[in-house]
Amino acid sequence: MGVLDRAARSLLLSELLGGMAITFRYMFKPKATINYPFEKSPLSPRFRGEHALRRYPNGEERCIACKLCEAICPAQAITIEAEPRPDGSRRTTRYDIDMVKCIYCGLCEEACPVDAIVEGPNFEYSTETREELLYDKEKLLSNGDRWEPELARRLELDAPYR
Amino acid sequence: MGFFSTILGQIILRALETLAVLVPLLMIVAYATYGERRILGAMQMRKGPNVVGPFGVWQPFADALKMIMKETVIPTGANRFLFLLAPLLTFSLAMLAWVVVPTGDNLAVANINVGILYLFAISSLGVYGIIIAGWSSNSKYAFLGGLRSAAQMVSYEVSIGFILVSVLLCVGSLNLNDIVRAQNGLWFCIPLFPMFVVFFISGLAECNRVPFDLPEGESEIVAGFMVEYSSMSYAMFFLGEYANMVLMSGMTSILFLGGWMSPLPFAPFTWIPGPIWFILKICLVMFLFFWVRATFPRFRYDQLMRLGWKIFLPLSLGWMVLTACALEVFGWLPNG
Repeated sequence: MGVLDRAARSLLLSELLGGMAITFRYMFKPKATINYPFEKSPLSPRFRGEHALRRYPNGEERCIACKLCEAICPAQAITIEAEPRPDGSRRTTRYDIDMVKCIYCGLCEEACPVDAIVEGPNFEYSTETREELLYDKEKLLSNGDRWEPELARRLELDAPYR
Repeated sequence: MGFFSTILGQIILRALETLAVLVPLLMIVAYATYGERRILGAMQMRKGPNVVGPFGVWQPFADALKMIMKETVIPTGANRFLFLLAPLLTFSLAMLAWVVVPTGDNLAVANINVGILYLFAISSLGVYGIIIAGWSSNSKYAFLGGLRSAAQMVSYEVSIGFILVSVLLCVGSLNLNDIVRAQNGLWFCIPLFPMFVVFFISGLAECNRVPFDLPEGESEIVAGFMVEYSSMSYAMFFLGEYANMVLMSGMTSILFLGGWMSPLPFAPFTWIPGPIWFILKICLVMFLFFWVRATFPRFRYDQLMRLGWKIFLPLSLGWMVLTACALEVFGWLPNG
């Protein structure tokens, strides 16, 4: 009966028709496509996107030029130069992140002792020239000011797990 | 009609008839590309193109515009004349075949008595376009792809030939309109059902469609014999492939699905004109083409050749002998 069984399955194309029935059923299932710029998929609060330098609630910048982020960056994308500020505190004069070298691993965020450098949820910051992607301190700080509510919320959500 | 009996009138009439066949055909070919992408998308749980127009209906025109605007690259060492001739050959042969196809009762542009023979000859000529494309590209892989594709098309044409003979035995004439009329009470896909299946599968192989698209191997070897083509020449090949598909669907519906006849001989089905039924049947067979593409993986080349020579050829030959015997024994041979 095995021979007859195999012959019937082969001649009557039963497996092929079964496969075709599956694809036909799938035609009527809901589609997984989202209408991109108008709909976006959900992101986790840990999503690593565009970098930002944060400030304290009183307006003072958090970064104290400890250079832990520069040391840990696997791609050596962060460049820091530091000098005492006129009022005596330790601050950076230069803080550049080369977004083209950056691998978006989030190690700088993990290393920072004061939660100054963070990776935000933004991934839609494409530019038309390469130079615009070499972020300097000014760009990063202004990012921070613009995205602060979102960044604070993300840190709050993720803090129990850090 | 005084004017139309003059030579000039006849020429103009024929030209108008040809346009009446070619313009809807080109529209069907263009929208076949759109329909394929939507249907494949639906079967793969994603939406197809839906941005360009309402529901993406202008997509084929956007594609055409893109292809026209690209740079035409001719490889060094390629035979310029043949390189540019091959896609033109493929595309024009696909168009030429439609001159004998009856879209309605006796509504073929040229109602010749050997319509089937003409169609068979045209599909055999189609192999030339492929071989010329592969050879004139001056590229190893294009050449091998072309040879493989040509061998595949030729092998499956043999079984198509035998299936055609089976159908012709039941009809008694090579005229395509007679073939459609002979299916008056019963479409041939019912008594000749295995041959319908074998014809459809051989049609897939003839058009280099999945699962027989190794010579074209989209995801493996870029585009096989078409790899060196760009812009308009590629667009010609692309359109020629879809036009070939529409031709195969047309042949399937004429030979097995009753051509332009409605499935049931009474109203309201008979209110729908013949050409509309023909187009509906072509769309049905095209849907089968796309459905098969969405479902099956590709055949390896040796498996493909084995199928053509060791399975389909004996099957179609055997069935032809069986049909001849049955017709003779039961006295159903046409024309006495």
